[in-house]
Amino acid sequence: MTLRGNLRDFSITQLLNLVNLAHKTGTLVIESPGDMARISFSDGKLAYAQIGQEDGRLAGILYQNKKLSEKQYQLLQQRAGSFSDKELGLMLINAGYFSQEDILDNLKQHCTDIIRQLFTWVEGAFHFDDEARPPTDRINVRLNLENLIIEGSRAIREWEQLQDEIPSLEMALKFVDHPGANLRNLHLSIEEWRVVSFVSPRNTMQQIANATKMDQLEIRRVVYGLLQAGLVEIVRQEGAPPPPLIRVFPTNDKEEQKSLVNRLINGILKL
Amino acid sequence: MQTVKMVVTGPFNAGKTAFIRSMSEIDVVSTERRISAMVEKTVKESTTVAMDFGRITVDEDLVLYLFGTPGQKRFDFMWEILSEGMLGFIVMVDSTRPETFREARSILETFRAYAPTPYVVAANKQDIEDAWELDDMRHALRLDSKVKLLSCIATSRDSVKAVLLELLYSILAEMEHREE
Repeated sequence: MTLRGNLRDFSITQLLNLVNLAHKTGTLVIESPGDMARISFSDGKLAYAQIGQEDGRLAGILYQNKKLSEKQYQLLQQRAGSFSDKELGLMLINAGYFSQEDILDNLKQHCTDIIRQLFTWVEGAFHFDDEARPPTDRINVRLNLENLIIEGSRAIREWEQLQDEIPSLEMALKFVDHPGANLRNLHLSIEEWRVVSFVSPRNTMQQIANATKMDQLEIRRVVYGLLQAGLVEIVRQEGAPPPPLIRVFPTNDKEEQKSLVNRLINGILKL
Repeated sequence: MQTVKMVVTGPFNAGKTAFIRSMSEIDVVSTERRISAMVEKTVKESTTVAMDFGRITVDEDLVLYLFGTPGQKRFDFMWEILSEGMLGFIVMVDSTRPETFREARSILETFRAYAPTPYVVAANKQDIEDAWELDDMRHALRLDSKVKLLSCIATSRDSVKAVLLELLYSILAEMEHREE
């Protein structure tokens, strides 16, 4: 029977657990509302991962991890663009640019980062294709899933707590008038500074996340820290369309509305 | 007949139903069910699953309806519906259960997002020995000094009256502020 469902009902961690326990081989395809991921497994071990539009090729991964300069990357694209990843890997090892271990470490890191990104996906259709084997033109890794599953369980707990704190990213942030913390003694991380530079009632948290290339978990984590430090508060976005007007008062006349509230006050005082 | 509506919200077992019962002139139309989840069952036997509904006739031509929301997050689909057209809202917080403060804060943010109407926070069960001090609660709930955090005993009519009045004063002040 095909393994098929939605992340709403079956989380990434549960899927990894299932693949691990059943020593499955195949490819898990996940389609979230705005993205897509393909994760390949071999005998219950993570073999390859690809997300979104990125090509997931070795040269791109090494460039992304700052192991190649832009010039080197472009040169490789021109001269070895038609090579498979395995051929390119061999060439780089033989030329003495990288050791086999370097290349595998970079690929493992890349796959782990993708899985970490997936921990923040809470919605999306998935199916497991037993027929789709790990791609043969790419260098496959063999990553045990146990540590990722434990990490994922922690991330889910953290995700749930952060979602309770910050239910929607469509709200904006503003600096509080009187910060609770002594700003001189405050040490912000690079991520926090990046977010702080965008704090304005004009920017929603989602827009800040897009601008700083943070996922939903990362932005919530940073905002939560800033909220706890008493630096910012959550406000409705400036200029955002007001919520649909539903009649609050039975009359539109301002004076009548005030009179009605006064009647309520007097009525309750008399009770 | 003119009618207006206020919403009483807050976490599970904060005292929303008791609050409405204290003031409503009719028997509160309650949609309570026996609790099945074990953790929740240790706190109380039954809970609101759709809404509580109370009525206060202010004068011959004006009626105030009080709507109580279900506290558990799994019923939050009801919140937006209940918040439509509200004059203001009250967030009830159980002063003796700090483990619910974070959820109270989250509910407050959610309701603020639904409608930018005035609100007050009622620190319920202040008559119980374990109740947190209001100042400590303000810090824990991360409430700005401008937000009214009121001492409350939901089973006391006078206390509930005071909370409703404070909300109405806030509504009036907001209307006057908008006119300036």
